[in-house]
Amino acid sequence: MTLDILYFAWVRERVGTHKETVETSAATVADLLAELQSREERYALAFSDLSAVRVSVDQVLADFDASLENAREVAIFPPMTGG
Amino acid sequence: MAISVQKEDFDLGQAVRGLVGERTDIGALVTFTGLVRDTADGTLEALELEHYPAMTEKALKEIEAQAQERWNLSACLIIHRVGKLEPGDQIMMVATGSAHRRDAFEAAEFLMDFLKSRAPFWKKEHTASGADWVDARESDEEALERWQR
Repeated sequence: MTLDILYFAWVRERVGTHKETVETSAATVADLLAELQSREERYALAFSDLSAVRVSVDQVLADFDASLENAREVAIFPPMTGG
Repeated sequence: MAISVQKEDFDLGQAVRGLVGERTDIGALVTFTGLVRDTADGTLEALELEHYPAMTEKALKEIEAQAQERWNLSACLIIHRVGKLEPGDQIMMVATGSAHRRDAFEAAEFLMDFLKSRAPFWKKEHTASGADWVDARESDEEALERWQR
């Protein structure tokens, strides 16, 4: 499937891009992160501490074991600091 | 019920007048305004706010809907700024209106607690010695837990 991946804050800076489109067969968010980590060093560095990272699937906060079935957009970012 | 994510500054009085308008059913109106606070050593040059546009509105609507469910709110407004701000600038505001004050106070606090850690905004502090992303605080998560009851 084709998936848009967005990065924000320091995750964006470490990965080096705000948005990219990938071809993947990952079943879950965790699978996708592992796939990216094995692809290039910059992903491995950005996702090295998963406790410091949050994810959303189609603009809704999700767990790492969330399914990517029918998903179109995944975003990866640090804990939010609004308000 | 209104939500705005904007670069421009806002006027609290104007926002509140727009929210209440000609209505006469609101007996209590609570507002909270967040300002850019300087660092302890007074070296903050700018506070940059990044957000995830496609998710921001969705998340804010969800937070607002939860507040509506829990309290009797007659009116609700959330304004959150993005972009580069300076110390002392207004960052965001919430306003809640209800028949009686308890609902308005509690809903405003609930909205603030959720905005802190469940709305997709990220803050970066710029000082003379460089720029650093603001870390989320443990206390922000704890603040959410007390609403789980």
